[in-house]
Amino acid sequence: MRAACYEETTMNEKPLSTMDRVNVGLAKRYRKERRFRLFGLAAIVSSLMFLVLLLGSIGAKGWTAFQQTQILLDVHFDPVVLDVGNLANANYPSLVREAVYQQFPQVGSREDKRLLAKIVSNAAAFKLQEMVMSKPELIGTSKPIWVLADDEVDMFVKGHIPRDVPESERRVSDKMIGWIDQLAATGRIEKKFNTTFFTAGDSREPEQAGIRGAAMGSMFTLMVTLVLSFPIGVAAAVYLEEFAPRNRWTDLVEVNINNLAAIPSIVFGLLGLAVFLNFMNLPRSASLVGGLVLTLMTLPTIIIASRASLKSVPPSIREAALGVGASKMQAISHHILPLAMPGMMTGTIIGMARALGETAPLLMIGMVAFIVDVPQSFSDPATVLPVQIYLWADSPERAFVERTSAAIMVLLFVLLLMNASAVFLRNKFERRW
Amino acid sequence: MPPMLLILLVLALSAAAYWQGRRRAFALALRPSAAKMHSRPGYYGMLTALWCALPSLMIVVLWQLAAEPLLTSFAMKSVTAVKGDLSPDQLNLLINDMRNLVAGNTFGSEVDPLLQAAADQYIGLLRISNIALAVVALTTALIAAYLVQARIRPTLRARNLVENVIEVILTLCSTFAVFITIGIVLSVLFESIRFFQQVPFSDFLFGLKWSPQMAMRADQVGSSGSFGAVPVLAGTFLISGIAMAIAVPFGLMSAIYLSEYAGPKFRTIVKPLLEILAGVPTVVYGFFAALVVAPLIRDLGVRTGLSVSSESALAAGLVMGIMIIPFVSSLSDDVINAVPQSMRDGSYGLGATKSETIKYVIIPAALPGIVGSILLAVSRAIGETMIVVMAAGLAANLTANPLQAVTTVTVQIVTLLVGDQEFDSPKTLAAFALGLLLFVVTLALNVIALYVVRKYREEYE
Repeated sequence: MRAACYEETTMNEKPLSTMDRVNVGLAKRYRKERRFRLFGLAAIVSSLMFLVLLLGSIGAKGWTAFQQTQILLDVHFDPVVLDVGNLANANYPSLVREAVYQQFPQVGSREDKRLLAKIVSNAAAFKLQEMVMSKPELIGTSKPIWVLADDEVDMFVKGHIPRDVPESERRVSDKMIGWIDQLAATGRIEKKFNTTFFTAGDSREPEQAGIRGAAMGSMFTLMVTLVLSFPIGVAAAVYLEEFAPRNRWTDLVEVNINNLAAIPSIVFGLLGLAVFLNFMNLPRSASLVGGLVLTLMTLPTIIIASRASLKSVPPSIREAALGVGASKMQAISHHILPLAMPGMMTGTIIGMARALGETAPLLMIGMVAFIVDVPQSFSDPATVLPVQIYLWADSPERAFVERTSAAIMVLLFVLLLMNASAVFLRNKFERRW
Repeated sequence: MPPMLLILLVLALSAAAYWQGRRRAFALALRPSAAKMHSRPGYYGMLTALWCALPSLMIVVLWQLAAEPLLTSFAMKSVTAVKGDLSPDQLNLLINDMRNLVAGNTFGSEVDPLLQAAADQYIGLLRISNIALAVVALTTALIAAYLVQARIRPTLRARNLVENVIEVILTLCSTFAVFITIGIVLSVLFESIRFFQQVPFSDFLFGLKWSPQMAMRADQVGSSGSFGAVPVLAGTFLISGIAMAIAVPFGLMSAIYLSEYAGPKFRTIVKPLLEILAGVPTVVYGFFAALVVAPLIRDLGVRTGLSVSSESALAAGLVMGIMIIPFVSSLSDDVINAVPQSMRDGSYGLGATKSETIKYVIIPAALPGIVGSILLAVSRAIGETMIVVMAAGLAANLTANPLQAVTTVTVQIVTLLVGDQEFDSPKTLAAFALGLLLFVVTLALNVIALYVVRKYREEYE
């Protein structure tokens, strides 16, 4: 073919045929093609690299928080300090201090002693108090006890505070490093699994701070959201899909739902502040109000997903039910809803996952307060996991960085579980008609 | 009795009413001389249950709404009688104090005995009101259930009645969305109007200086409070612009590769991975921006001799762009897939390469849809809060330099409203004015985007 073309051109003595002109440019065009394709691939690869960088940096920062440095002290429950009549107010910190001094008999000066007492967290005193209160027969005995180390010591042991920087630039002095090494040599300092992180509420002291309070707050908030948004969302979807006449009002409702889904979440927070707190006088910082605000936010998501799910049920099923004499309501509740339910549940789980990760509107309704107690009910002041992350990210202590990352890892893990269950539901129960 | 318990009790009664109604329907049906029942027995039960629960629950809700203000005014009567005429603001302050007393938050300061008496009176009244409510609600439930179950006859069209009630409930649920929108508009609008009574509208919209700190004392220097939104808006658009400069090329190219080049296997693996980027909570991005990206950019700046603020617009914008990539890519993916195959085939038939087809045929054809999806992404970027709260600055600088710190609308809303504040100062009201601005801008973007996308869809359907 090419040869024939060539002959033809030579015969007519025209310099170039169309085909030749195409062929001349072809190499360049193929190069362009390859380059374009490469750009596309590069865009995807770099997006995925961002993801890896994001997760990697958080994982690298956070995994150490699941361990906590503890120090083994030989505590003598001194009957002189512990007055049996007034156990609640006894001087437990002095017990801890004595036990620490006992490890380092060579430390003499007052200043050094004060510094030395700082390597143990003040949580140690609370631990002793708890032990003595529950078992008063301990008084007068001695017992080796693992207590929490201070957060700076913890950071040093975990290697976040390097040894080789000048002493003035790190928060752990050379003296303290010497003591820590001494403890390490006798096996009295060890990294153990950090149970405090999962069982404690928030605290100003990093080594005593945990996510239990925030996790419970998240749970209460999500429960309110689920209980309200699922029934209302499904009901709204059923009405719009099955009953609504085509008219202006229905159009308005539909446009509204689509727009609500795209309104910034912080605006919902403003609504919550103005309506729930200032107008209805509901308790500030309560998970009830948080749940209400998140309900308004997730409702559009659930309605849209539920409608799509209802739409995918083939009309033949509806018609068959109506044909054997079911009323419209019976056809829906006996046949269409059960078939659409997996899709609705998937949408709801995805909506819940988004609600779990939401922070901004909850800041508006006062769920940013510093709350130590684990919330026990819907009206208790509470915070949620993402807000806890925000609060810790603002804290200056070095040890809070790893805790923030660890809390993020927990949050991402829960989100992953939720999304995985949504995918599982979809694959397991979704029917293609 | 706490209202929650009362509601549970009413629901329990309603469950009992269901069984009673059903039992009666069965009894009627089994009588030897019985006519055929109109509905199945469950419907008679449901009818009884609905009549038992609905009126009673309605009473509970209305009572709760009415009780609070009524009781407060009763309790405050003695206080206002002694204190004489009070301005509404002072009265609100006193009412708040009393509510705190009622809730048991005394804050250790000395308590006005008059207020304490009012609070005690309030608690007493509340107890009486709750008991009365319980009695009224439970009697209503019982009477209604009894009346309905006594009227069960074979000719009672129970199914139709129940279905009508359910349809009304469904309709109400669907109008909920409209009420949310109305609620948003009203709550933001009312506070904004109060703000604009104190600060002229033109000063807000065209003012070049934003420093919302109000003077606490009259002689305080330098905090007169000026509310010009231009620097805040400029910061918002700067950060959103950076975000879009990242998100649009990456998102669009990803979408093109996924829909035109990638095989089905690659697609099924990569698409969910990209979606993960969209599923990560924004607070995580904020942490990432503040802790990883911002120091990185600052170090780069130090090395190249540029002065970079530690809260640079670039860091926040960059991370926000990463967050929006999947948003742009999945929307554009849908749009590109909607371009009919015949257009591609036509282009290939003329000898175009794949990239030429994409550039000269598919993208022009899909352009309205792509523009729509980009507009939606812009509205996301403008409304995004946590990333900028954690990584962008607080001071409102009017600058186009991405290496400097700027602030955004959402940052200002959060900083103005988080923490203790009096609710009537222009400072807090300004947050609502900014919220109104945000709402209007994003709404406009969404409406335009949805309109454009819909028009485009119609073209190829």
